[in-house]
Amino acid sequence: MKVLKKIFVLPLVFTALIFSSCSSDDDNPVPVVEEEVITTVKVTLTNGNDVVILQSTDLDGDEGPNAPIFSISGPLTKGTTYTGRIEVLNETESPAENITEEIEELDEEHQFFFATENNVATFAYNDSDGNGNPVGLNFTLTTNASATTGTITVILRHEPNKTASGVSEGDITNAGGSTDVAPTFNVSVE
Amino acid sequence: MKYYALIVSCLVFSIAYSQKCISEFSGKVEDFHDGSAIVGATIYIETLDIYTTTDLNGNFTIKNLCDEKIMVTVSHVGCETKRLDITIQGNTFSKINLEHHIEELNEITVQGHLDKKQTKTSQETLLKTEDLENYSASSLGDAIKQISGVSSLNTGNTIVKPVINGLHSSRVLIVTNGVRLQDQEWGVEHAPNIDINASGSVSVIKGSGALAFGGDAIGGVVVLNPNHIVLKDSLYGKTIVSGQTNGRGYSINSSLSKTYTKGWYINGQASTKRYGDFKAPDYNLTNSGLKSLGFSMNTGFKTFEKGFNIYYSYLNNDIAILESSHIGNIEDLVNAINSPQPLVIKDFSYDIGLPKQDVTHHLIKAGFYKRFKKFGKLEVQYDFQNNNRLEYDLRIGDDRFKPAIDLTLKTHSIKTSLKLDTNIGNTYEFGISANYQNNFANPDTGIRRLIPDYDKYDIGVYAVSDFILNDKTHLDFGIRYDFNQYDTKKFYLKSRWDERGYDADFSNIIIDDLPTQWLTNPKFEYHNFSASAGIAYNLNDSNTLIANYSLSNRAPNPSELFSDGLHHSAARIELGDLRITQETSNRISATYKYQKKLLRIHLDAFYNYINNYIVIEPTGTQQTIRGAFPVWEYKQTNASLFGVDLDVSYQLNEHWGISNKSSIIKGNDISRDRPLIDIPAFKTVNTLNYTNKKWLDFNTELQSVWVLRQNEFPNTNFEAFIPTTNNMVLVDISTPPSAYNIFHLKSDITLSMSQKTNLNIALSINNILNTSYREYLNRLRYFADDLGRNIMLQLKLNY
Repeated sequence: MKVLKKIFVLPLVFTALIFSSCSSDDDNPVPVVEEEVITTVKVTLTNGNDVVILQSTDLDGDEGPNAPIFSISGPLTKGTTYTGRIEVLNETESPAENITEEIEELDEEHQFFFATENNVATFAYNDSDGNGNPVGLNFTLTTNASATTGTITVILRHEPNKTASGVSEGDITNAGGSTDVAPTFNVSVE
Repeated sequence: MKYYALIVSCLVFSIAYSQKCISEFSGKVEDFHDGSAIVGATIYIETLDIYTTTDLNGNFTIKNLCDEKIMVTVSHVGCETKRLDITIQGNTFSKINLEHHIEELNEITVQGHLDKKQTKTSQETLLKTEDLENYSASSLGDAIKQISGVSSLNTGNTIVKPVINGLHSSRVLIVTNGVRLQDQEWGVEHAPNIDINASGSVSVIKGSGALAFGGDAIGGVVVLNPNHIVLKDSLYGKTIVSGQTNGRGYSINSSLSKTYTKGWYINGQASTKRYGDFKAPDYNLTNSGLKSLGFSMNTGFKTFEKGFNIYYSYLNNDIAILESSHIGNIEDLVNAINSPQPLVIKDFSYDIGLPKQDVTHHLIKAGFYKRFKKFGKLEVQYDFQNNNRLEYDLRIGDDRFKPAIDLTLKTHSIKTSLKLDTNIGNTYEFGISANYQNNFANPDTGIRRLIPDYDKYDIGVYAVSDFILNDKTHLDFGIRYDFNQYDTKKFYLKSRWDERGYDADFSNIIIDDLPTQWLTNPKFEYHNFSASAGIAYNLNDSNTLIANYSLSNRAPNPSELFSDGLHHSAARIELGDLRITQETSNRISATYKYQKKLLRIHLDAFYNYINNYIVIEPTGTQQTIRGAFPVWEYKQTNASLFGVDLDVSYQLNEHWGISNKSSIIKGNDISRDRPLIDIPAFKTVNTLNYTNKKWLDFNTELQSVWVLRQNEFPNTNFEAFIPTTNNMVLVDISTPPSAYNIFHLKSDITLSMSQKTNLNIALSINNILNTSYREYLNRLRYFADDLGRNIMLQLKLNY
């Protein structure tokens, strides 16, 4: 049994060595600084004193389980042309990071597209990047001449192909790129 | 040759005369294992050319020797011949031990290829070097798929994960050169980090019967062994070069070995592969190439009594993933599924673009063994593995070249085993192993960690025994206990923490409070018991029955426990669950083997009942500011798998042969009374082969692979809102593709260039008819067809 003793002591010593030499230190991992986080899309529609604000906020981001919260300040007026302005924020940081500025800086790599249900409104771009292609941070929105309810969807594409057919007219079909935001607002036109 | 001395001794009897030499050399020859006397062993003094043999008690005496150094050779039928240096000084006595077990001898055999199976009563299939060489240009997964009952879960055609009897990932252990591979095997898109060219043979064991390797092999074990070392003074090597049309690429593998009779050996091997975009019958599979580099070094010393081995292997795979499979949100997924062709088709290119995986694996092992007289064999082994996985997604802006996932897994293992083989009919093996594993998720990716940082500790102890009851019956039994502990540091979004209900159950593990996240320290422990029992019974020379029962427990892997986040490559949110417990498998299997001259039948059947089977499945969608994403959650259920694998071959005459390999498997989710997801469809492979030794050892075979449509699948389709078109659509992610039948042709000849050098030339055509098809177990089936025709030329030079 001498041999047995030798045989089992050796690995135990080794095991002890491994476990003691590799014991975890108490350093906590650092949180990941998430990039490209967008929590908030705020669309301000103005026609004189008639101001309608559409806002979607998802404070726990893409990964969090909570659905975005929508706030629509009121109904749109039928047959009216509004001046539109989009703001994009990262509110996980304090103060909130203004992503709009980043889009303005890299405007050639970004474009907004608009979609509606029930012909709530039509859209026209009111800005352009260095190449004369639209960006869509500024736009005009003309509501339907008659009262209706439906949706407005605002889509931000990152690195779209702006020269593809129809893209500069606001047709997303050939745009490609990746979708950064795509909130859908329920609106009524009265 | 080793019996030569014996034969000579029977014919020759001579006495050499010397002057005034009066010393006497006597001794006793005994069996190494049990100390019994060896009768009739030949004692040959080489230096003096004197022979004698041992008597009934194993004793011998040689008289009238001078006092000097002599060289003695001791040999006996069925034993390893032993050479000894002995100094005669007066009357000299020497006790000599001979090794008497043929089977043990095979481990250091001098007869070339003699690959041994790992188990006696499991469903095991051995693939030899010649089988593996055909797959030199592809992967382990492709090579073992030729075994009935083994399939693969693919991500494209270069990421191939073995599936044994319907189970994969953490349920299939891969053991290479005695080391259990630790390479983040939990992910379905993580292929084993194995260079098939570094192995001499592969054993596939269905089920968990091989307890020495681990107790959690609910699916099975794949054991890769290095090339056999032949103990003679020799230098030999092998080079395999192949080129193929599909992917317009090449593969080169070369190995060189130097061996010495005394027991020293050294072997080096290197391989490289390079492919560009592969091609489906109708279009290029843009961004599907591969760049691979591997090398290994194996050196050591071995004799019957003792030896050591040092092994190092390196493998780097840079694998492009089909560009069309990148999914930004659910709309992209719907578009991809509905489009008959991939959305991105570009001209052929060798570029490894994005998305891609860049995985590096280092393995170093040092092992030592020693045999003790009348006792057994002791082995001690240490190994270290470093696995770094970088997954690059299609990211934009400054992050373009930053990986989305950067995980480094380091594992130290030590194990020792003791085999008591004094009585060859009744052997026991005991073993103990300990692992320490550390996972580091690099935070610089700018994307939340999918798998957290953790330390893991494992200890395992096992005992297996093997009894030869009589000529016909072989029994084996084994038990194993494993302890696993995770010590994890993980960030949870506070909203996720509450949504999972962890606030109620796990509030005690929170160690830090950040604005939107909790830092938590989950420490989980698992105790696992496994057991196996088997019997092999030879009815007669041509019929054998094998039956086996195994119990195994598998602790959840880090992905099942801690996954938490958006998996971009799958466009889905994957959620683990801290409450997941281990799964328990009870598997019974039976095998019938028939072999008579021309006909060979091998039939495997199994039933595997798994309690608390861990499965990931869709549970709904989650709204985000980017749109909806499907949520896939790990859940536990009770499952059963039942299958039959058939392998029949018949030699029609000297030249012609036919064979069939078929397998069918049924997987049921018993708790919810529905089929399991990702169960391989019925597959039957028919082969017609022709051999003619006279025509330069010509072989050719035509193979038909016929896979039926999987009609049993859970319906995991869901509806999603598409903002650009403003409507709800059905996202069909569960309907399997149609049945397919493809044909392969392979021919080869062997040219003998010199006595030791031969050249084998093989030409093969895969998917001869260039058939378009999609495979249910390919994760990229939503996006593109499988490979079209491929013509490959392979040159194999043995020297």
